[in-house]
Amino acid sequence: MTGATRAGRERGTTDSGAPLLELRGIGKDFGSVIALDGISTAVRAGEVTCVLGDNGAGKSTLIKVLAGVHRPTRGQLLLDGSPVEFGAPRDALDAGIATVYQDLAMIPLMAIWRNFFLGSEPTTGWGPFRRFDATTARDVTRRELAAMGIDIRDPDQPVGTLSGGERQSVAIARAVHFGARVLILDEPTSALGVKQAGVVLRYIAQARDRGLGVVFITHNPHHAHPVGDRFLLLNRGRSMGDFAKGELTREQLTEMMAGGDELTELAEELERPPGDG
Amino acid sequence: MANWLDVASTLGIMAVAVALLMIGGHFDLSAGVMTGTTALTVGVVAVELGQNIWVAIAAALVLALAIGFLNGWLVTRTGLPSFIITLGTFLMLQGLNLGLTKLFTGTVQVRGLADVPGYHSAELVLASTISVFGQPFRIAIVWWLLLTAVASWVLLRTRFGNWVFATGGDEVASRNVGVPARRTTIALFMTTAGAAWLVGSITAVRLTSVQANTGTGQELIYIVAAVIGGCLLTGGFGSAVGAALGALIFGMTQQGIVYLNWDADWFYFFLGAMLLLAVLTNQLVRRYAEAARR
Ligand SMILES: Nc1ncnc2c1ncn2[C@@H]1O[C@H](COP(=O)(O)OP(=O)(O)OP(=O)(O)O)[C@@H](O)[C@H]1O
Ligand SMILES: [Mg+2]
Repeated sequence: MTGATRAGRERGTTDSGAPLLELRGIGKDFGSVIALDGISTAVRAGEVTCVLGDNGAGKSTLIKVLAGVHRPTRGQLLLDGSPVEFGAPRDALDAGIATVYQDLAMIPLMAIWRNFFLGSEPTTGWGPFRRFDATTARDVTRRELAAMGIDIRDPDQPVGTLSGGERQSVAIARAVHFGARVLILDEPTSALGVKQAGVVLRYIAQARDRGLGVVFITHNPHHAHPVGDRFLLLNRGRSMGDFAKGELTREQLTEMMAGGDELTELAEELERPPGDG
Repeated sequence: MANWLDVASTLGIMAVAVALLMIGGHFDLSAGVMTGTTALTVGVVAVELGQNIWVAIAAALVLALAIGFLNGWLVTRTGLPSFIITLGTFLMLQGLNLGLTKLFTGTVQVRGLADVPGYHSAELVLASTISVFGQPFRIAIVWWLLLTAVASWVLLRTRFGNWVFATGGDEVASRNVGVPARRTTIALFMTTAGAAWLVGSITAVRLTSVQANTGTGQELIYIVAAVIGGCLLTGGFGSAVGAALGALIFGMTQQGIVYLNWDADWFYFFLGAMLLLAVLTNQLVRRYAEAARR
């Protein structure tokens, strides 16, 4: 992976201005399990950084470090060029970083609008009479979901009664609504049909055009390649390279994501006529 | 009628607070004995240490909030089930209630609260009787209704209420979207302790003498009332009004058995049967509510 180190060095010198978020040698251990080690990349305003890798590669762990869920065991996180430590997801949210988690982080028994604003509830009233502004919350929820092409019959419906795709759309709409600077999406298209996945990709492009930094995790190179500006490939917690868009074709990306040689081997193995070898 | 409302009122104050805690996903087994601890503190500080009763009541509040904080802090710090943590505080408080009462009074009760300075104003606020349409009502009923109203408003209309449902529904998920789950949990344990303080103070002022075993065993009854009122044992669902109704049903059953001249032993049979019935209906209603909307 010499190309990777070259790309990393070039990125550090060619672009001007500090990235929104920068990772320097980030590592995370869970007890004796090394989930991440030596990950360095940057999330820039107006760019989409795709994170790719097999199951268990550490993608979710990486974005949880960015989202303030996990504290990195090693390495440094820089926000606008200065070191930060997110002690809790709240800190990351306050810094304008919103996340769609792989498990969506929604409460099944609670109404859609309550979930939408969970942790960031708008309030009205004063002093001891300050209260959750339910009217605004319901309206905004309905509007944001309609903009995603999801027609919610009743915002008071518990989230647990939604379909998987609808639930995912609510989580995405929420992150888009609250992500002021960085939008992190962990496999946001995995439960979506073609139409809804297209909507999500368009959202990612829109967020990018608005100047947000987007971190996009997916298994699907057909989703990653068109919107991605950078591709960070992970394997067993380590970086296999950090490529700019021009450095990779979709075919190369597909091949690398599928495990390259392994896929070729697999193909050969499957094609071998029965009884042979 | 005044009688079963009377039973329901002190139970209801606790049931509403315990319901909030259960919606938030936790139990407090020390809630019952804490009513004893606070009542005894009021008695000991006022009678044995010769303080004004309001000073004693304030001291009991500080103590209760400290115990509630400790419960919440231990639960959030260790991640252990609140059942176990509060079983520990329950046993410790039970021991302290007996040990310290004996140490201060030489007996297993504190008496003589009626003669301490400030008693009459305290009695007016906590233990007086008001008459509505010629019927006498204990003032505790007013406290119960007030607390139920405030708790309902907080649950359904405030940010904190949203956090309570979320923390009980899925703590990790709610923390990930920025809910201060730890603070919410600690606040809920402190609320339960605060309710125990109110009930303890009412008990102490009303009876003017406090037994060292006051409140022991009541903790399960609070939980039963909350469950009868629709709280899920798994957290994340329930209501304050429901818990208040649960306490009401409880009070009516208890008094009903007395009126029917039945042996009081039957009471626990009915209690258990009601609990089972409530748990089953809670589950059915919940399933129906979810299925109906699909
Ligand atoms: N909280 C945790 N405690 C212990 N180990 C963990 C924890 N979270 C993740 N791991 C481990 O870290 C490794 C990386 O997990 P991670 O969820 O980041 O993978 P992933 O790339 O997101 O996989 P997938 O594509 O399946 O979502 C796995 O081996 C996993 O078991
Ligand atoms: Mg993952």
